[in-house]
Amino acid sequence: MLQIDHLTTAKAKVSLDNVSFLFEAGNIYTILGRTGAGKTELLRALMGLNPLINGDIKLDKENITKRPIRDRNMSLVYQQFINYPHLSVLDNVAFPLRRQGKKKAQAQALASTMLTTVGLGDFLHRRPSQLSGGQQQRVALARAMVKQSRILMLDEPLANLDYKLREQLREEFPRLVADNQESVILYTTTEPREAMELGNTMIVMHDGEIIASGPPADLFAHPPTKDTASVISDPPISFISGFVRDQALYFGEGQLAPSEGLQLPPDGPVTIALRPDAIEPGGAFTAKIGLSEFSASQTIIHLDFDFGRAIMMVEGIETFKSGDNLSISIQAEQMMLFAPDGRNITLRDN
Amino acid sequence: MNKFYHTLKTLFLLGWSIFVVFPFLWALSTSFKDANAITSGATYIPWVDFEPSTQGWTSLFTNGSQGINIVGPFIDSAAVTLIASLVSLILGTLAAYGLSRFEYRLGFVKNADITFFFISQRIMPPIVLAIPFFLMLKELGALDTIFGLVLVYVALLLPIAVWVMTDFFAGIPKELDEMAMTDGCSPIGAFFRVILPNSVPGLVVAGMFCLIFGWNDFFFAFTLTFTETQLLPVSIVSLNSSVTPWWSLSAFALISVAPLALVAIVVERYMSRGTMSGAIR
Repeated sequence: MLQIDHLTTAKAKVSLDNVSFLFEAGNIYTILGRTGAGKTELLRALMGLNPLINGDIKLDKENITKRPIRDRNMSLVYQQFINYPHLSVLDNVAFPLRRQGKKKAQAQALASTMLTTVGLGDFLHRRPSQLSGGQQQRVALARAMVKQSRILMLDEPLANLDYKLREQLREEFPRLVADNQESVILYTTTEPREAMELGNTMIVMHDGEIIASGPPADLFAHPPTKDTASVISDPPISFISGFVRDQALYFGEGQLAPSEGLQLPPDGPVTIALRPDAIEPGGAFTAKIGLSEFSASQTIIHLDFDFGRAIMMVEGIETFKSGDNLSISIQAEQMMLFAPDGRNITLRDN
Repeated sequence: MNKFYHTLKTLFLLGWSIFVVFPFLWALSTSFKDANAITSGATYIPWVDFEPSTQGWTSLFTNGSQGINIVGPFIDSAAVTLIASLVSLILGTLAAYGLSRFEYRLGFVKNADITFFFISQRIMPPIVLAIPFFLMLKELGALDTIFGLVLVYVALLLPIAVWVMTDFFAGIPKELDEMAMTDGCSPIGAFFRVILPNSVPGLVVAGMFCLIFGWNDFFFAFTLTFTETQLLPVSIVSLNSSVTPWWSLSAFALISVAPLALVAIVVERYMSRGTMSGAIR
């Protein structure tokens, strides 16, 4: 169990601001946030690489805030594939075991087993520079896992890999870390899909704070704040200013918005959030087509409404001509409402 | 077109090689001449143009030319240069690592100022330091000793080592040190187990510079020694008197150059090897 209380780092471009959380062993926590949200800062602070100006880190109730880095029982895999260039792949992975005091033969035997697990059994005596990017990252992963640390931290480990390798390692990841049942696994990413796929618990960070946490599906369905909704949505969610008057919902300057099934808040301004699947071609609204792009087997279309901009996603590869007008329908059941302070105030009729 | 450029490049390199190698060949040829062969005009090919003689070489080991024996100065030079270079390299590497990894602040003095302070030691002309060094060594009773010269040479070579190694360490990602610490090393352990083994090219370059500057220094070797200790550059100058034995001088020059040339040939492959590949992508 890892408990962090009020972690705060010195003010900088990215800094932690009063971050508290309780991590349970055996769980994979995916930490999702945009670049500069403080994900790496959090991992580095836990590791002791970045100094804290306030806060405590407790591992199994023991305060380890002031412990040297080497005694923290933590492992870290960097976004860049960092390996020891002067050592063979086998010695790279045996390195932390040797530092733990294991005999060379024993360390190499354990390292060899771990390398076989990550699929590098045939590359033991190569240098890291003789491996591909994906293989180098596997070496780094093997070195982090072989220690059987209580805390295994992975800082965007797939970010520098090409698409195919990323998909492949993402699929393999649960199997690779399956032996680390006693560990707390922290996995940072900027990709919502990755965070939802890999984590039992998803933590959303923004501006150096944890702004939401919970099971990924729950967080996606009911993001507690506008910032959370923004971070976890891919393709991006669209926010449109609106207001409620006389139990009716309006976009922008006063265009009536669909609200079937929504329990509207009292009169006043709201932010209407439209997920890409809340918008469909064919309907009462008209929008001008902006950029359209393809993502896997879907088409993402940027739309300009009178009341704001939004993104629509349609299944299949379809061609939309930029500048044309398109009739659009908006599904109220996929909409969310946020208060001016950013709270999610969406309520639906049962 | 490619062939043309290739030929042009080869011709240029050939020309340049001749330009560089010719003085050595000339010295080699001269070292096997005697007084007659030298004074009778330009001659090039032994046994054809002149009858070779080993007098130039043997005299250097038998106090033959101006009473100078090369063995003593060679050992003194080697001792001073090697010890001073090693000490400078060790101290310079540690200083450079500190400067590249930790932030120091003493009033307005920061890391960059400290680095500049080291480099500035080489900016002022050596003559400025001659009298202070002379007086300091006199106070220490170290004038005309190997120890005294080592002290002075460390002061002269340390900036070079710091400069080269600071620049080299700046190119090694800090994440590598951090990784070593997360893998169980202390900060000093990370330096010795990870950073140092990956710094061989930097150490070789810094070491080469130290050896070159130390081995070739004439000024301090001349001003701080008298009779007890004599280094090669001073000895070679003392060969030059009213009747210069050019044959011995040439042999002496070749012997002086040989150690550095040998070291350069041996370490060249380490200098060009990029060992940091595979550390970080």
